[in-house]
Amino acid sequence: MMMTDSSMGLVAGHPETELIASILAGERDRFHDLIRPYERRIYLTAFSVVKNEAEAEDIVQEAVLRAYRKLASFRGESKFGTWLTAITLNEARLRLRRSKSALTDSLDERTEDGAEVTPAVLTDWREVPLAALERGEIRLLLQEAIASLPETFREVVILRDMEEMNVSETAQALGISISLVKVRLHRARLMLQKILVPKLRAAIKPERRSRWRWPWS
Amino acid sequence: MVLNCRHVWDRISEYIDGSLSPEVRADVEHHLETCEICSAVLDSTRNVIILMADDRVFELPVDFSRRLHARLALAIAEEAPEQPADG
Repeated sequence: MMMTDSSMGLVAGHPETELIASILAGERDRFHDLIRPYERRIYLTAFSVVKNEAEAEDIVQEAVLRAYRKLASFRGESKFGTWLTAITLNEARLRLRRSKSALTDSLDERTEDGAEVTPAVLTDWREVPLAALERGEIRLLLQEAIASLPETFREVVILRDMEEMNVSETAQALGISISLVKVRLHRARLMLQKILVPKLRAAIKPERRSRWRWPWS
Repeated sequence: MVLNCRHVWDRISEYIDGSLSPEVRADVEHHLETCEICSAVLDSTRNVIILMADDRVFELPVDFSRRLHARLALAIAEEAPEQPADG
């Protein structure tokens, strides 16, 4: 395709484009710099599929080596980071299919794109200070909530809300439509709200319990 | 259009992302002004999103980056990227 859209693709003068050209021209060591900004993102991408730290790390290493070997086939139809994310996702899914856990994990696909999600309606819980994340138990609550989502939802919410990729990058990386990204993101966010709001409320500032108000009181 | 709570919940994610049309956005805002339940759902959902975006929720394994770059350095020393299949 002969698109010359400057918002995507190999734009001359873009630092990443130049970096890729220099690597392909023989400055192979610069590949380290190329992937550095995406380490966290691809780790979480792998983790979103396999839900296991050691396995996610292994997948990242394989994906990065694959991206290095196949770098010449990166044509710039998407951003490099999106391409790398898609490679990681493929590697992770391949791994998941090979492992026994694929059997049990497929069960959670029952909650699919059609079902409505009803949020938790607690009018007294509106905010949690970010400082609460200093507490390991609060981080654990969030990790467990994310882990409990169906895989397709978890992938979207991790790329969009944790790695802050935009909707079209997320759609490209996952190989799904923009509207499906929006639907899954919406359901995932409401599921997280529903799971987390009662738990966080219970875990944070219990001394304020007496001030709680209920919608029906 | 007058929205009920369910309508508003169905639009909360797009409301937060600012991707609703101006008309729908105005309808949602009108509902939020008078519905304490929906405004609490909105606030708490937004807050959950803010918490999730924090890097502390998932930390990289210790020495993750060092191990990755060590493995990569070996591959880079051994081989060049493959040549494209066609020019």
